[in-house]
Amino acid sequence: MLGKPPTHRRGAGSLYNGSSGTFLPVKEGNDAMATVKFDEATRIYPGNDTPSVDRLNIDIQDGEFLVLVGPSGCGKSTSLRMLAGLEEVNAGKIWIGDRDVTNLSPKDRDVAMVFQNYALYPHMSVADNMGFALKIAGVDKGEIRKRVEEAAKVLDLTQYLDRKPKALSGGQRQRVAMGRAIVRSPQVFLMDEPLSNLDAKLRVQTRTQIASLQRRLGVTTVYVTHDQVEAMTMGDRIALLKDGILQQCATPREMYDHPANVFVAGFIGSPAMNLVAVPVTDGGVKFGSHTLPVSREELAGGGKNVIVGVRPEDVEVTNDSNGVEITVDVVEELGADAYVYGTPTNSAVALEGSDDGLAKPFIARVDGRRVPMKGDKVFVHPKSDHMHVFNQETGARLSS
Amino acid sequence: MALQITTARPDPALLDLPWSTPLEDWPDEYLAALPRGISRHVVRFVRLSGRVLAVKEIKADLARREYEMLRNLRRLDVPSVEPFGVVSGRVDAEGRELDACLITRHLKFSLPYRALFSQGLRPGTETRLIDALAVLLVRLHLTGFWWGDVSLSNTLFRRDAGSFAAYLVDAETGELFPALTAGQRAHDLDIARVNIAGELMDLQAGELLDEGVDPVAISNRIVTRYNELWAELTDTEEFDTGERWRVEERIRRLNAVGFDVDELAITTDIDGTSISIQPKVVDAGHHSRRLLRLTGLDVGEGQARRLLNDLDSYRAGTNRQNDDEEIVAHDWLTRIYEPITRRVPRELSGKLEPAELFHEVLEHRWYMAERAQHDIPIESAIEDYVASILPGKPDEVSVVGVDTVEMPVIVDRGQRP
Repeated sequence: MLGKPPTHRRGAGSLYNGSSGTFLPVKEGNDAMATVKFDEATRIYPGNDTPSVDRLNIDIQDGEFLVLVGPSGCGKSTSLRMLAGLEEVNAGKIWIGDRDVTNLSPKDRDVAMVFQNYALYPHMSVADNMGFALKIAGVDKGEIRKRVEEAAKVLDLTQYLDRKPKALSGGQRQRVAMGRAIVRSPQVFLMDEPLSNLDAKLRVQTRTQIASLQRRLGVTTVYVTHDQVEAMTMGDRIALLKDGILQQCATPREMYDHPANVFVAGFIGSPAMNLVAVPVTDGGVKFGSHTLPVSREELAGGGKNVIVGVRPEDVEVTNDSNGVEITVDVVEELGADAYVYGTPTNSAVALEGSDDGLAKPFIARVDGRRVPMKGDKVFVHPKSDHMHVFNQETGARLSS
Repeated sequence: MALQITTARPDPALLDLPWSTPLEDWPDEYLAALPRGISRHVVRFVRLSGRVLAVKEIKADLARREYEMLRNLRRLDVPSVEPFGVVSGRVDAEGRELDACLITRHLKFSLPYRALFSQGLRPGTETRLIDALAVLLVRLHLTGFWWGDVSLSNTLFRRDAGSFAAYLVDAETGELFPALTAGQRAHDLDIARVNIAGELMDLQAGELLDEGVDPVAISNRIVTRYNELWAELTDTEEFDTGERWRVEERIRRLNAVGFDVDELAITTDIDGTSISIQPKVVDAGHHSRRLLRLTGLDVGEGQARRLLNDLDSYRAGTNRQNDDEEIVAHDWLTRIYEPITRRVPRELSGKLEPAELFHEVLEHRWYMAERAQHDIPIESAIEDYVASILPGKPDEVSVVGVDTVEMPVIVDRGQRP
């Protein structure tokens, strides 16, 4: 999950490291820089007062894998559709490379929606299954064969090209479907929850496959998901939206280590970050009986209370009356370590981010050899160099 | 987790189906003895309390979403399959979770396109299918439905007086919007074009479609047919105030393509020299609604047109133009339509729907008359038709697919890459 800088990994832009370890030319004659730019892009549905996507600004680099993520209704799919040409852009602009595509029809944008349709045709060879859309587009036979062979190399399908799909395993069939999008060599791949109908195990496999394929091809990709784990594991960068507004756009590492606000802090990471409203005190903030040192500058403008965020792995669990006391409700053993889920014994300690009125547990990761028992009372506090402080009113990050 | 069944028509027999078995392993005894269609999910057809149901294995949230979507589409009066229920919370004998199942009712007398092609086609059938699909797509788009996976395999066809009526079968990728943007419509059309061409190329590769047919040319027809119809239904037309007959003319044209106008916007320019009109709300089923009102018969649009024509000839032939239309229609129904359609022996009743049969008999009478060089009474036509033509027709009441190569998107068991 290392943050990858959104720079041009593709070097000269026309070579990639093929699956057999050789360098193969791709995307000939299509060397235009496929950057994507959302420039104050806004979508307001007729009859709505609030925009579904509100002045979105994202610069996507050539070859970058950008994931749009957020809860349902946050505007992620709408943003993708605006880029695809399926939604009107009511204000602002969308650019692909140096072309303003805001008012172009979908098929004039040189983008490909991947996985919209993965039906394979039983009587046609694997090669024809991959290349038939080019035939419709009037591409000549030699060129089709060339592109299909190139795609097959990347997808490890070369030896199956002349067989029928029936002879393939399910995973190979899926790669044929991907090949269909690849041979079109679009400037940008767009994927809208492509894994949503797969079972958990296959989802993980396919996720890895798509991510590595994208890296090999180096085609700019915008990917929509509601699943933060998918976002964290696949994206070069993640753009997190809520209520149509971009909350933060950064590398997975940056999102995890420096969430811009309480919402990002609570959304990214699994199990989620603990968020506790605490009073400001002399020299820091009061976390139960424990004073956490926070500089006056960082607390400036924060009011009388702030929200302290601490990830489960950054929680110190003790028996020495230091911090907030919790009662252990559940222990989840993972082997090397364990997750402890507890409830503060003092009901005045408010855990933020609970939804549906359900009380949210306080979560701590502990050493697997020193696990408290269910029903035990323990004290928790953040390791002081691993905590986040947020403004309670605005939710904005205060700590550096 | 307990088995959960959501259905608008509870049928206890549903509980007898082997829900704890993965759908692809269901024993033959449960299956309607019918071939299966091509699908990216496992689909099976079962017989339950005298009807045929399609069962599709799919993730629970998607199953519920598609069930609701199909219900909405029925409410919006869009031709689509009827959702029957969702079964979720399935576990197998070892307690492992199984995907949910979406159940839809099999549409009687509907035909998958592959079944049509395997029957050997009358020339031009492929274009008639495309025309039917274009009408369906326009109707879907008018209601704000974006399909996302328009194809021949996601559509079922019913014979409709020599042409076809198309029904939506798969709403998995679809979404309802207040209205569609031009981009969404264009994208659906582009998907349709590519899918249709692919499907026809596949039929050619399987030698089910003549090599002389050009899949790309036929697939392009969906675009032209769609655009023509869309323009007729939505374009603004301008003319001089003196040409007011053109309002009537536009409505007549819309009726001719099978639509009623529910709302027409008429505006004049400031000095009043020109008028512009634009249909705002149109309703498909102009002829079938009229026939339903007159006779209570619920049939396809093309069939209704044919039956209304016969009703008109009956009225003229019996010299009753001045009688009340409803009364004449009632007489036609009891003296002509019902006796004729009842002449089909029971064992042949699975061949054609009654209205389609009536249409065929009218056609047959015309050919008999041409051969004999004089009028033939319809009673003689039905006698000859039942004796010589109908027995040779395939049974079409519950055709659910042919040529079963399944293309699941999921990895085969024990064959993970």
